[in-house]
Amino acid sequence: MTHAVSFQNVTRHFGQTRAVDDVTIDIAQGEFFAMLGPSGSGKTTCLRLIAGFEQPTSGTISIFGEEATGLPPYKRNVNTVFQDYALFPHMTVGENVAYGLMIKGVARGEREASAKQALDMVKLSGFDQRRPAQLSGGQRQRVALARALVNEPKVLLLDEPLGALDLKLREQMQEELKHLQRQLGITFVFVTHDQGEALSMADRVAIFNEGKIVQAGPPSEIYERPRSRFVADFVGSSNVMSPEFSKAHGGPEAWVSLRPEKINILTGDQKVVSNQFNAEGRITAIHYQGAMTRVVIEANGTRLSATLPAASKTLAEGQTVRFIWAKDAIVEMEKA
Amino acid sequence: MRGLSDLFYKRPGALTAMLLGPPLAWIGIVYIGSLLALLLQSFYHLDDFSGVIIHEFTLSTYGQLFESSNLQTIGRTVAMAAIVTIASAIIAFPIAYYAARFARGKTKALFYLAVMMPLWSSYLVKVYAWKLILAKEGIITWAAGGLGLGGALEALLATPVIGGSSLSFSYIGTFLVLLYIWLPYMILPLQAALERVPKNFIEASADLGATPRQTFRTVILPLAMPGVIAGSIFTFSLTLGDYIIPQIVGNSRPFIGQAVYTLQGTAGDIPLAAAFTVVPMLIMGVYLALAKRAGAFDAL
Repeated sequence: MTHAVSFQNVTRHFGQTRAVDDVTIDIAQGEFFAMLGPSGSGKTTCLRLIAGFEQPTSGTISIFGEEATGLPPYKRNVNTVFQDYALFPHMTVGENVAYGLMIKGVARGEREASAKQALDMVKLSGFDQRRPAQLSGGQRQRVALARALVNEPKVLLLDEPLGALDLKLREQMQEELKHLQRQLGITFVFVTHDQGEALSMADRVAIFNEGKIVQAGPPSEIYERPRSRFVADFVGSSNVMSPEFSKAHGGPEAWVSLRPEKINILTGDQKVVSNQFNAEGRITAIHYQGAMTRVVIEANGTRLSATLPAASKTLAEGQTVRFIWAKDAIVEMEKA
Repeated sequence: MRGLSDLFYKRPGALTAMLLGPPLAWIGIVYIGSLLALLLQSFYHLDDFSGVIIHEFTLSTYGQLFESSNLQTIGRTVAMAAIVTIASAIIAFPIAYYAARFARGKTKALFYLAVMMPLWSSYLVKVYAWKLILAKEGIITWAAGGLGLGGALEALLATPVIGGSSLSFSYIGTFLVLLYIWLPYMILPLQAALERVPKNFIEASADLGATPRQTFRTVILPLAMPGVIAGSIFTFSLTLGDYIIPQIVGNSRPFIGQAVYTLQGTAGDIPLAAAFTVVPMLIMGVYLALAKRAGAFDAL
């Protein structure tokens, strides 16, 4: 099966900056693919390369098996949902949604019907006569989505589309986007810096750092088996232990990652069992976070954080505790 | 000072009133007041025999505007203003577009300098300079002769109505000078409007399949319309009111400005001068209403 999008050694320079540095990745048809990374890591440039707003300095990009390198945006069958929506202020919502069809020369009646249908799909029926300025942020987001989807793109590109929404709305839109993607079967390429969003929505996540993809895989693999310190730290802020620390506490002599929720604190009568490692440390801070409590422990100069169920223990700052983790909870990483 | 600050903090209205009071009084009395006085004058009339202004309400002064020579003056002025406006818009658009979309850093500074510099020198000097350029002995006639285009220039000047004995004594000359003088007032608002069109609108349009030409027609042009209208208000009204350029460059047929100048001066017919002055204001009002109806301000 041809890939929806395929990058072969794609590099994009801006002057001296390598925004995208030798990226090779295949995105499968019908996949919900997330590009995750800190700002300036090259994820947005990758998206713009697919859309055609940027052209690679070297390397090739193909979309559904067709070479897209050098093709302008208006000759690509992909559509973008922009971060700030980019709705045309001089057109009504209906005209905005029908814009792509108008450009293609679809007759007025037909394109108005399609626009209405697209607006129904994003639950904005009856909004077609309004102006974008009269809508809330969440509604504009839906219009932008409808405007892109009405063209039946082969690939839908989403550039941090939920970034400007408040938490409740964001969670709701995440669910709806995922539902839409399943329903339509279109390949979604989603750029975000929010790891929670990427993990919960995507079939596969690519982690970007300094213009490179440092790891790509299903969310559970990214979370459970981070291959590098960067991924361990960026996704779910894991504890990273040095080879020395790891070895001193029974682990391999390598950089290892240990998720905060895998650490437990021993109480008086509990014993360390055979498949567990343990260490002693002093509690330096306790952060109450509602459902969970995050405890910062300092052990032999290494700072570790542990998340515990909120009301489980009576702990105090400055207290010396023994903490344990399962042997298989530690993940050996390729490089520091 | 403390007390004053507290007062303004507690009553923001007081601060607004204090800040806006003086300028509003200035506008109210000096601008609106004089306009009302002008309007009032236009409803009086001049007694033809005694040359005295009769301070009684009448529409007869406005009736005078419909005399054929006055109608011609109005028609001539409005036509010239419209042509100057259209020509400025056509010339200004590519310049403003380049400055807004492509020029950066030094090039942009150079653009502002080039557009604004003519505004810093004296209006009269520029107009007289143009008179020399356009004169029969001037550089244009000379250059046309040297390039073998003397005949073409002759033919142009032989055109009825717009022609004349030389460029400086023809409507073509008047048009060129008006265009030169008022062009910056079209470029600057247009450039400001184009600058406000976000780059991602253009990307969104291309993303939805529009070629650059379609994007220009359906996105950039409509969003630049408020700028075109703002610019045209300047070029149109400034041309409507100009009374010096048509007097120095052009044939001797009067424009509204000249008519007003003569009527309030030598003729002493203040009511008719006032009525003439109301004409450009009415025209601008109608123009803006039409522009609004055509949706020129939808993007605001």
